[in-house]
Amino acid sequence: MSEAVTLTTAPTDARPVLRERGQREVFCGLTGIVWLHRKIQDAFFLVVGSRTCAHLIQSAAGVMVFAEPRFATAIMEERDLAGLADANDELDQVVDKLLARRPDIKLLFLVGSCPSEVIKLDLSRAAERLSRKHSPAVRVLNYSGSGIETTFTQGEDACLVALVPEAPVAQEDDPPALLVVGTLPDIVEDQFARLFAQLGVGPVHFFPPRNSASIPPIGPNTRFLLAQPFLGETARALTERGAQHLPALFPFGEEGTTHWLKAAADAWGIPELHFLAVVAPGRERARRALEAQKQHLSGKSIFFFPDSQMEPSLARFLSRELGMRLVEVGTPYLNRQLLTAEMAHLPQDVALSEGQDVDRQLDRCRAAQPDLTVCGLGLANPLEREGLSTKWSIELVFSPVHGFDCAGDLAALFARPLYRRSILKV
Amino acid sequence: MQLTVWTYEGPPHVGAMRIATAMKNVHFVLHAPQGDTYADLLFTMIERRGQRPPVTYTTFQARDLGSDTAEIFKTATLDAYERFQPDLMLVGASCTAELIQDDPGGLARALALPVPTVTLELPSYQKKENWGAAETFYQIVRSLATQAPIEKAEGHGPTCNILGPTALGFRHRDDVIEITRLLADLGIGVNVVAPHGATAEDIARLPQADFNIVLYPEIADTAARWLERQYGQKAVRLVPMGFQATCDFVREVAALAGVDPEPVLARHGSRMPWWARSVDSNYLTGKRVFVFGDATHAIAAARVAKEELGFEVVGLGCYNREFAREVRAAAAQLGLEALITDDYLLVEETIAALQPELVLGTQMERHIAKRLGVPCAVISAPVHVQDFPARYAPVMGFEGANVLFDTWVHPLVMGLEEHLLTMFRDDFEFHDAAGPSHLGGHTKAAPTPVSPATEDVAPLALPVAETVLEGAGETIKVLHWSPEATKELSKIPFFVRGKAKRNTERYAAERGLETISIEALYDAKSHFSR
Repeated sequence: MSEAVTLTTAPTDARPVLRERGQREVFCGLTGIVWLHRKIQDAFFLVVGSRTCAHLIQSAAGVMVFAEPRFATAIMEERDLAGLADANDELDQVVDKLLARRPDIKLLFLVGSCPSEVIKLDLSRAAERLSRKHSPAVRVLNYSGSGIETTFTQGEDACLVALVPEAPVAQEDDPPALLVVGTLPDIVEDQFARLFAQLGVGPVHFFPPRNSASIPPIGPNTRFLLAQPFLGETARALTERGAQHLPALFPFGEEGTTHWLKAAADAWGIPELHFLAVVAPGRERARRALEAQKQHLSGKSIFFFPDSQMEPSLARFLSRELGMRLVEVGTPYLNRQLLTAEMAHLPQDVALSEGQDVDRQLDRCRAAQPDLTVCGLGLANPLEREGLSTKWSIELVFSPVHGFDCAGDLAALFARPLYRRSILKV
Repeated sequence: MQLTVWTYEGPPHVGAMRIATAMKNVHFVLHAPQGDTYADLLFTMIERRGQRPPVTYTTFQARDLGSDTAEIFKTATLDAYERFQPDLMLVGASCTAELIQDDPGGLARALALPVPTVTLELPSYQKKENWGAAETFYQIVRSLATQAPIEKAEGHGPTCNILGPTALGFRHRDDVIEITRLLADLGIGVNVVAPHGATAEDIARLPQADFNIVLYPEIADTAARWLERQYGQKAVRLVPMGFQATCDFVREVAALAGVDPEPVLARHGSRMPWWARSVDSNYLTGKRVFVFGDATHAIAAARVAKEELGFEVVGLGCYNREFAREVRAAAAQLGLEALITDDYLLVEETIAALQPELVLGTQMERHIAKRLGVPCAVISAPVHVQDFPARYAPVMGFEGANVLFDTWVHPLVMGLEEHLLTMFRDDFEFHDAAGPSHLGGHTKAAPTPVSPATEDVAPLALPVAETVLEGAGETIKVLHWSPEATKELSKIPFFVRGKAKRNTERYAAERGLETISIEALYDAKSHFSR
């Protein structure tokens, strides 16, 4: 373990990106509710929308809908569209009914949808009004998860932006604290918390918190690491509160995780040798776990349809640590600022695309005949039927994939479809 | 505004998608925001289709709002036409596009595509999925079925259309096979099956049939009524689900076609009547069953439950208001008041109050029943992936009756086993916690064997003294059970114990008893058995 890890600031990446506009086969931001509500345990997400929104959440949440979940839809009806004052009264009634039914709820998000945005139902004012009414028992916030404004994981970004003003103000003379931003499975949070403790980086807080009462303080003493690449607006909101972003690769794979931890270690002035000693066992475990998956993945070509904005980071991981060949890496939105480090680590010849015209992209995919295609569930079975192996992308958002000890699992998610294809005789 | 967690039906444009996906070489351009493509995965995942649904979404975004969206719609429509070369185009708007008031029909007309283009008006804030499917099918039939019937050649056999099967339909695939086979046995030809597998050209040929079979009234009734008005085609609306309903269907169809039904009825081949009569089915007698689903399947299931399996139907309802009248009539015949609601919480409340021994319902009732610990079988959409099976599994026709028997009886504790559980309930092998063996009840380690003679009994599944009754808004702390009464309650077979407990507590509460004794238990029993 002699190699040093250094953070390099890449020059502004000037490689061409294919920007497309047309039919987009993506989820809207409402889908973020499905994992956000699992994380913030006393929060409830009330979508103000149409039957379509309710149907979407139901389809995305699958069987979770039945476990008395902490999300629901206030379905707008004909009479709500007739006049705005009426819609506000109706909303108040729905919220009263809901809070009476769920007295355990401390934080209520009114989530905007396409219909509520188009009729310009002012949910931020509704949130203020309802907050006053139900204070101090319940705090009411709002954000938009509409398809016209947000794509899939951007719903989490919008939600966290709404949560930032709720954070207590950290004093300027407080000792520096680390904020890890982005919803992570509890087990991954715990793994990172242990690593930071061993490194001597801290105190460490996670955002969003597991409970609305424990929102960490934010101020000029706050240094933050993004755990997810889709949190551009949250990063901006945190910066406006004086917090400092620690740019890094995202913590996927051995390399990404090391780089990410190093960014925090450097900010805390942790000596290089101590850093290497602390991360050595994790890196070793990750490498071993990846070695097992490499036999299935090395040399194979992969094509990413846009979905979550995690695509460039995952592509970097798959190409550098597993030897996969990148055909096209699609992302719904390319935030060059947050992805500066990632872009520097992507092979120069990779085809990057932002946005989508799904039929044209399918043409490119068919022409390339990649060994593995990462896409949504609307495309996966049809592509399998055409003979292409696919990995459905939503799983990457729900599964524990960050950090050293999930690196093998992350690789396995991509290896499994290829292995499966190799064993089936029917 | 309506507070909703679960919705039995999607929005009307999903109904339109079900028609477009069922048909061949049809393309649907849906004016819709980014994100509405989620509906694709209902078809590719739940129904496991190997092709994308033939739907192009305009996927406009916030920055497009203004004058741009109409242009996006036109571009998407032209691109879709050029790429897919369909024989029929459908255009419509989803809930958000309905609000921005572009006019898909007018815009599509302006493009003057060389194929028929049907404009769908889908009022998303009033109507739902089934209505959307029915309306779409009706509009397609109205637009394309314009050829008047031609005089048939001498000696030409009778023919009919099978109307209603769609994509995402509960067992539609196999019902069509079963009913087509049955019609072939009767010597009746099938002119067109629609919308499932039909092309635009097939729709044009609909008037050539002698009569129509409305297999799924939720989807096909509107179109069938129009065909009847326009071309005098009679319609068979009897849904052949269950043994008797299938026999009735055969007779009605045969009468319309002018053929003799008796040879087919004589060699029907269904095992269901004998299975129901065999002594092992005796224990099914009077089992209390709650039925909920779409109107068609719920009504048919209630008849099968009562007349063919000997259950007692204690509740009947549907979620689609369009057919509420039919369900109310069927319920009245059973001496019940129909439950017409799309609020699953009300369904759950009703099931909890009725304490049935079997629930027949949708995917939602499956989960309600699981929570309440009641056996359940699925009879209607909405359903999840496991109810689009690989095997042949119709619910209509004679084979369908066989399928119903197996599906509904399986979740119940089997006859002999139920008897053993009752007789030897204190026995170490047949105590309550052991559960039915065919449902994997032996997951827990067997408890230490106890002699039936000792005073020890298996621990109760329900902590009796701590139970709290939740009424409408108020919470009533329930009285204490005496240890003797608690023990006595444990001797009551588990499948009726919940009801006995509830009745006793109600009885005790009404009389202001502080502690429930053995006497109170038996007083309540005699009180409620009047």
